[in-house]
Amino acid sequence: MQATQHAAHTGNHDDESHGHHPTGLMRWVTTTNHKDIGSMYLWFSFIMFLVGGAMSLIIRGELLAPGLQYVSPEFYNQMLTLHALIMVFGAIMPAFVGFANWMIPMMIGAPDMAFARMNNWSFWLLPPAAILLVASMFVPGGAAGTGWTLYPPLSIQMGMGMDLTIFAVHILGMSSIMGSINIITTILNMRAPGMTLMKMPLFCWTWLVTGFLLIASMPILAGAVTMLLTDRHFGTSFFSAAGGGDPVLFQHIFWFFGHPEVYIIALPAFGVVSHVIPAFSRKHLFGYTSMVYAIAAIGLISFFVWAHHMYVTGIPLTGQLYFMYATMLIAIPTGVKVFNWITTMWRGSLSFETPMLFALGFLVLFTIGGLTGLVLAMTAVDIQLQDTYYVVAHFHYVMVAGALFSAYAGLYFWLPKWTGHMYHEGLGKLHFWSSMIFFNIAFFPQHFLGLAGMPRRIPDYAQQFADFNLISTVGAFGFGISQLLVLVVVFKAVKGGAKAESRPWDGAHGLEWTVPSPAPYHTFEEPPAFDPAEAHA
Amino acid sequence: MSNPASASRYFVPQPSHWPLVGSLALLLLATGAVLAMNSVAGGSLVLIGGFVVLAIMLFGWFGRVIGESESGSYNGQVDRSFRWAMSWFIFSEVMFFAAFFGALFYVRVLSVPDIASPDQALLWEGFKDQWPTAGPAAKDLFTPMHAWGIPAINTLLLLSSGVTITWAHWGLLANKRQQLIVGLAMTIVLGLVFISLQAYEYFEAYSHLNLKMTTGVYGSTFYMLTGFHGFHVTLGATMLIVILVRSMKGHFTAERHFAFEAVAWYWHFVDVVWLGLFIVVYWL
Amino acid sequence: MGGEMARYTNKNSDVSRLRHGSVGLLMAGLLGTLSGVANAAWEISLQEPVTAVARRVYDLHTLLTWVIFIIFIGVFAVATYSIIFHRKSKGHKAADFHDNTTVEIAWTVVPTLILIAIAVPATTTLVEMRDTSQPDLTIKATGYQWKWGYEYITGDAAGVKYMSVLATPRDQIENKAPKGANYLLEVDRPMVVPVGKKVRMLLTSSDVIHNWSVPAFAVKADAVPGFLRDTWFRADKEGTYRGQCSELCGKDHGFMPVVVEVVSTEKYAAWVEGQKKEMAAAADDPSKVWKLDELVARGEKVYTANCAACHQPNGKGLPPAFPGLDGSKIAKGPKEAHLDIVIKGKPGTAMAGYGAQLGDTDIAAVVAYERNAWTNKLGEVIQPAEVKARRGK
Ligand code: HEA
Ligand code: HEA
Ligand code: HEC
Ligand code: CUA
Ligand SMILES: [Cu+2]
Repeated sequence: MQATQHAAHTGNHDDESHGHHPTGLMRWVTTTNHKDIGSMYLWFSFIMFLVGGAMSLIIRGELLAPGLQYVSPEFYNQMLTLHALIMVFGAIMPAFVGFANWMIPMMIGAPDMAFARMNNWSFWLLPPAAILLVASMFVPGGAAGTGWTLYPPLSIQMGMGMDLTIFAVHILGMSSIMGSINIITTILNMRAPGMTLMKMPLFCWTWLVTGFLLIASMPILAGAVTMLLTDRHFGTSFFSAAGGGDPVLFQHIFWFFGHPEVYIIALPAFGVVSHVIPAFSRKHLFGYTSMVYAIAAIGLISFFVWAHHMYVTGIPLTGQLYFMYATMLIAIPTGVKVFNWITTMWRGSLSFETPMLFALGFLVLFTIGGLTGLVLAMTAVDIQLQDTYYVVAHFHYVMVAGALFSAYAGLYFWLPKWTGHMYHEGLGKLHFWSSMIFFNIAFFPQHFLGLAGMPRRIPDYAQQFADFNLISTVGAFGFGISQLLVLVVVFKAVKGGAKAESRPWDGAHGLEWTVPSPAPYHTFEEPPAFDPAEAHA
Repeated sequence: MSNPASASRYFVPQPSHWPLVGSLALLLLATGAVLAMNSVAGGSLVLIGGFVVLAIMLFGWFGRVIGESESGSYNGQVDRSFRWAMSWFIFSEVMFFAAFFGALFYVRVLSVPDIASPDQALLWEGFKDQWPTAGPAAKDLFTPMHAWGIPAINTLLLLSSGVTITWAHWGLLANKRQQLIVGLAMTIVLGLVFISLQAYEYFEAYSHLNLKMTTGVYGSTFYMLTGFHGFHVTLGATMLIVILVRSMKGHFTAERHFAFEAVAWYWHFVDVVWLGLFIVVYWL
Repeated sequence: MGGEMARYTNKNSDVSRLRHGSVGLLMAGLLGTLSGVANAAWEISLQEPVTAVARRVYDLHTLLTWVIFIIFIGVFAVATYSIIFHRKSKGHKAADFHDNTTVEIAWTVVPTLILIAIAVPATTTLVEMRDTSQPDLTIKATGYQWKWGYEYITGDAAGVKYMSVLATPRDQIENKAPKGANYLLEVDRPMVVPVGKKVRMLLTSSDVIHNWSVPAFAVKADAVPGFLRDTWFRADKEGTYRGQCSELCGKDHGFMPVVVEVVSTEKYAAWVEGQKKEMAAAADDPSKVWKLDELVARGEKVYTANCAACHQPNGKGLPPAFPGLDGSKIAKGPKEAHLDIVIKGKPGTAMAGYGAQLGDTDIAAVVAYERNAWTNKLGEVIQPAEVKARRGK
């Protein structure tokens, strides 16, 4: 990623026409270049991943054995909340925005994002939000200890750490909305001539729908936390029965955002995988059209299933039935995607470089997570499993092995394009295999814990849960250490290594592979010629 | 690229420090608000500092955009991008209001009747399902807002402001600058009168009707919805003033006047939200 | 580690062992590395059900697990075949196809049919779970930070009312003493119900949302402040069944177990008898005039049961979230303000009003205790009558 900096100065454009360009730190702070901004998003996201991951290790450390070991229950709750908020809003979402920034303009043949300056702001809003979140640990009363769901009345009881969290959420929301507007506009308005929507790379399609989900759901979250804020400080009673409100109202609003949010995390991951699998199968993606419809269907349905997180809150039977059926529906378009990926591999000419390994890891583990999601969708069964470790296992399968693995697939896939160097394949493979093994050691046993009745969000547990928790903690530490390999791989690739050709993967298609590696600072100053035969990569 | 004479379809702005200033402003605003709400000394100072930095940023950034626009850097494609962006931005605002309308709908249709149902008699004996209500634990009486006083006048004001701004737009399209400026000025006046009436209504509610933020869910939803709407009217009016000043300086042409249209869209959006409010908050 | 006592419930039956067997096999197969150790200490499926509904849920879960297992195997058998045989390293050339409407329709329709098939048992089970009509007795459970209050509303025990608090000693939690058999799953006074009777539970909360859950009954329901929600169970085996609060409710969320003792009808009758006697004996004479040491002794008990979780046994609290009372302004200031905060609580904080939970005598005792314990040696007596007088204000 650093390499782009050199590209900027070795320059294949003349600096004169651009007036004064700041250098050093100011260059990054003021940049309007989508590649710079993409890199910043990716670095930011990785740092947040380490911070959120360190918090998860505190959680897992505490859960090593029964009894209170290292931290107090209050602090445990704070770690739990920050871990989730930082991972979801700080690590995974920015990672995919980073991919979008780097790749979408190159994929559609645009010189940059539609709003390059606002793009910079979208990124630079993240550090203040992160500062507020991290600072909340150090104010009187500590960070919010409510879980990332921030349910009142518990969140009403919290100290000023809660207020910092609320404002952090507001700022993150602004960033996401601006980022989404930018991405959607870029996709809709900046495609190279001849690239119709149905010829557009799938990653762009997933982001088009994700952008829509973000614009529609982030303001809802902002509304929810605003009501929380006024209930906390200005005496309103949205969430208090004594005044005619209802704590469950918050849950409805939160999950009306929260459920689309999980697909906001999942859809771009689907997009990345839809590029990697065809490239390493040396075949075109199977069923492009049905993929597009499936993405749209998932996006749409995701607004109508929210109360499957609320089966035990006392919603009426008819509500439970409706939400159960609606939730089950999502399995159908998701299944279509899984089947299309597998058929893409069918009778291909497969090879297993690191990006493909991560894509396959994604495929297997995401499907497991999706299938356990289906078990949770059954209200009667969910009543047994809700708020147990079965749910924790479910969502780490879809979010860590799903979204994170696919982000790694994308990282290894595009790293040669970004840095101009091939990464170290041996280290990449080691990273994959250790992640794959330790991930399952960490999270598979959590299914059993949940089934046996271990509640989530507890710092201490009954003795019959001891063995699986010990295994899970060992796995989590192994998984955590494996992630440090990425740093090594990326640094090595930035520093040097085998030169990457403009198209390092013989099976890869698309405009991004027509420019040299590393990609020049400014690509496509004039609209490129788009060859429809290259489409559907 | 940034050279307007080139045949390129694309415009990419120069590096800019305004985003950073904006981020700093929000960091200050958030920190200041948190400190002030928790009565920490100096909080309001930080908050004010945030507003100042925000104002500087808005002036600087929009000034820059206006400069670029007037110097002709923006071609048809940029114009289309702006249109998409404004539409999506307004959509996000719609969703923001949807959260509060949703809350109102929920309390009226679900939670209040539920609290009043016989199932809950063990907890809230004697509470009757009614709207407006301050909830089962309310002690003081209050007088709800009536639709056919100030609110109805306000509806008329906003509706007519929708007409005046359209009239101004016609003026712009027909290159009648006078009509443009007068139309805009009328719209702004109507907006300002609306805001004043709204402020008067709040004052009355607090001093005579005993209707406050703390008046149960009725007070909560009433102030939250009308408050955020009022805030948006204020924003809209401010933007209209900017447009008016620009019009007087001779900006905009019959063909190219995206900024005018964006503000007009925004104004219509605020208008439509008000109609929703008038119906479900005041009337029904 | 867990050994013999690691089981949640204490009875076992052949039927459910079979059930455990089938899901066990399946899950253990997936886990692979652990397949050899699937015994009682390594529970890998739902707890043994003891109500008809829980059995249905158990079976539904088993069915679903098989369905998803078979789908998974089916889908990835195809993928594995590709991975093995369609490799570039084996010289396999890529075919060139990228659309086929027939298979697309097939893999939309087949999953739909599977989903419809599993929706049927899922629906009927749920409908049965929600039928709370015609109970034999009704019990109201109220969640407090962090304990459960039970109140028998109808049935023989109507009027019986008590708190149920975690009984595990602090030393075990802090790893200073060996952990007992039911570590964290034991309470001082369990909820007691007769076997074979339909029990309707009414749930509510006095502060934040809690969740009353007993896995063996397949019961889990939120206790939402300001609302009553209901659920039911009919246990068909005697025994002690344990669950935990299942909604994050603050610092001691992990320490508020639910324990239900299911007893024979005779034992239940005897228990009810005993409770009524105890209540009659414990009823306080509101006009009794208390002496300081009596009052403080009683106050200490009330304090330990109700206040120590936050303000700590040594009165130092856990600042800044939970203020210390030792030397605090209120605890050493005028007693009216002290009584007020205990009776009414402080809205928007974890400090709940205890006016409804505790009787006049208990409040008098605990306030007197706080004003005389630690370094707060005020030497002040507070009589129940003063509490009563303060309540309305
Ligand atoms: C990336 C994120 C992500 C994704 C993609 C999903 C996907 C799904 N989730 Fe998940 N979920 C979360 C993240 C995610 N979830 C999180 C974070 C929580 C917890 C939040 C909290 O409480 O903190 C949660 C919780 C959660 C619950 C609530 C549990 C509880 O608290 O009690 C439920 C219940 O219905 C659920 C269901 C589903 C379903 C049905 C899907 C479906 O989309 C899955 C669809 C996929 C498949 C089914 C597999 C592939 C399909 C085939 C191979 C076709 C053939 C299949 C059939 C015919 C069955 N999820
Ligand atoms: C995308 C989101 C995401 C991601 C990536 C993760 C990643 C991880 N999560 Fe997280 N998690 C959530 C989202 C996520 N989680 C959410 C939403 C919740 C619910 C919160 C709630 O209930 O409100 C949750 C809750 C949650 C719990 C449940 C706690 C409880 O209910 O009490 C646990 C417990 O095991 C856990 C563990 C982990 C682990 C071990 C990882 C690992 O994958 C992390 C791996 C990464 C690292 C470890 C960092 C890298 C390395 C270093 C920093 C160097 C130092 C390392 C060593 C010396 C070993 N998570
Ligand atoms: C769930 C936690 C919790 C429990 C249980 C609890 N309190 Fe408190 N208490 C608090 C909190 C939090 C405050 C601080 C409120 C504030 O912000 O002023 C408080 C404040 C107080 C104060 C005022 C202290 C001061 O100087 O400001 C008194 C007195 C008090 N509690 C007494 C009691 C008594 C008596 C009991 C038991 C019958 C009790 N509390 C149980 C959380 C608790
Ligand atoms: Cu009570 Cu958790
Ligand atoms: Cu969901």
